[in-house]
Amino acid sequence: MKTNYTYPFVILTVILLFCFVLNISLGSINIPFSEVLKGLFSTSDNEVWQVIISKVRLPKAITAIMVGSGLGISGLLMQTLFRNPLAGPFVLGISSGASLGVAIVILGSGLFGGYFATALISKWSIVISASLGSFLVLMAVLAVSSRVRDTMAILIIGLMFGSITSAVVSVLSYFSSAEQLQQYIFWGFGSLSNLSSKELLIFFAIYAVGLVLSIASIKGLNSLLLGDNYAKSLGLNLKQSRFIIILATSLIAGTITAFAGPIAFIGLAIPHLTRQVFKTTNHKILLPAVFLFGAVVMLICDTIAQVPNSDYTLPINAITALVGAPVVIWLLVRQRKMMF
Amino acid sequence: MKENKQHTILKVNQLSIGYKTKKAEMVIASNINFELQKGELIGLVGANGIGKSTLLRTLIKVQPELSGSILLNNKALNATSILELAQQLSIVLTEPLSSKNLSVYELVSLGRHPYTNWIGSLTQTDTVIINRALEQVNIIDLKDKKCYELSDGQLQKVMLARALAQDTDVIVLDEPTSHLDMYHKAYILKLLQKLAKETGKTILFSSHEIDLAIQLCDTMIVMQKEEVVYGQPCHLISEGVFETLFPKDLITFDENLGRFKVTK
Repeated sequence: MKTNYTYPFVILTVILLFCFVLNISLGSINIPFSEVLKGLFSTSDNEVWQVIISKVRLPKAITAIMVGSGLGISGLLMQTLFRNPLAGPFVLGISSGASLGVAIVILGSGLFGGYFATALISKWSIVISASLGSFLVLMAVLAVSSRVRDTMAILIIGLMFGSITSAVVSVLSYFSSAEQLQQYIFWGFGSLSNLSSKELLIFFAIYAVGLVLSIASIKGLNSLLLGDNYAKSLGLNLKQSRFIIILATSLIAGTITAFAGPIAFIGLAIPHLTRQVFKTTNHKILLPAVFLFGAVVMLICDTIAQVPNSDYTLPINAITALVGAPVVIWLLVRQRKMMF
Repeated sequence: MKENKQHTILKVNQLSIGYKTKKAEMVIASNINFELQKGELIGLVGANGIGKSTLLRTLIKVQPELSGSILLNNKALNATSILELAQQLSIVLTEPLSSKNLSVYELVSLGRHPYTNWIGSLTQTDTVIINRALEQVNIIDLKDKKCYELSDGQLQKVMLARALAQDTDVIVLDEPTSHLDMYHKAYILKLLQKLAKETGKTILFSSHEIDLAIQLCDTMIVMQKEEVVYGQPCHLISEGVFETLFPKDLITFDENLGRFKVTK
């Protein structure tokens, strides 16, 4: 009974490549497809286009691919680990931790006064504070998960971190200036652009480590579908696998939130969408499929956010929610129940 | 009873089971002794709350023993690694599956995990064993169904097939007949008897179906408040073990029929 998945994989890859080129070609200035390909593989005759392609749009498209696939994969990992179809990178509190870190740096500067109070916060301090925040939450979650056997408890702790974050943010926003509030809100919109090649490299390095850990967890994830006791009876080292899965998610989702802001719905919706197309629960198939789906959806969302032929750029988070929320509702209505 | 070469698979000696907290030890049952042979079907019976599940959980290493020893294939259970154990002992539990979205084939093939490589690829041998397991419990026609489409009885057979695919010396089942109707109760237990005989596996199950267990089991372990006794059902009947199993105000054991009757 070996179902052949080569066909859908080939089609998805072709779609991904198409979306990649489309994403680069469309924007405030539209660049023809042929010139995009030229610009990617050699140099375009049009110098302005060449600069736009290699300095602006290519890094953005690569970021979109990493963000989409990364969030999708961490959503898949969380849904299986926490036996919950509604789990995603946000549920663990990783994004909340990152938001908390950013909120304290941007908004708290008003409270603490001094140098920060006037200067606009640099991108690096946001990245560092977001990473630090998600890392601290990760440590707390890991400490809890080694003590509490019940995965539901960890899930609730993640939700509590979300509440704490929003509480701290509201307190801080009371004391901060309009500019600071605006900067925090803009970070919260999410953004795929403005990553330098150095930032992109660091992003990729951490993302790659998380990806390798996820791939190493495939077998464990499959046996976790049966439940903890069954998984253990199949020879799985439960504690170790759980640690690796949580670590992989934190690395991926933490860096993404740090560099691109808290991007909603992709982590939750992509695994469900993938299961609709690839009717399997085997993570050996699901993981690469989620990677492709996540990348495609994120590229499309970003293309829409650019509003082709105009100077407007919509917040990416609004687009992912507009795309993601109906998908979740549609899945619920169609299936009457969500499964993982 | 045929007297073939006895081969002890699981030996339990002076075992005491229960829960250990930092402050105190709560002993649920102690002084448990039995030896389970190759190819035997063993029924574990006893009143609710007597510690059947605790005993099974101790035997499958989900919780540690308080004292005494458990020898699986002549090796102490607490010295056996998780992976070694996975190749010698498989389980069917009462807890629901995490994901009912698994197809029957996917679920049964998970039984091969202790033998597959790091990413879980199935070899030719694995496929043969999976198909044999599906055949042994008669569910070949269900193999492409999703688990949420199955009835309780079908699901129990699927879980049994998964345990068979794990290809272990011992299969432990915790109340495999709960939630099932009378026909399927008999069907599952009869199937267990057939499998023990045909495959030479030692199959241990806990159950409240004492009547059926008496008819089908080679050996029974009866848990009572004072002691845990084990032996062939006919011996246990003549020793009057079942009469003291429950309070006498409602049901009594009829030795001649080999079953319980409601007192009039």
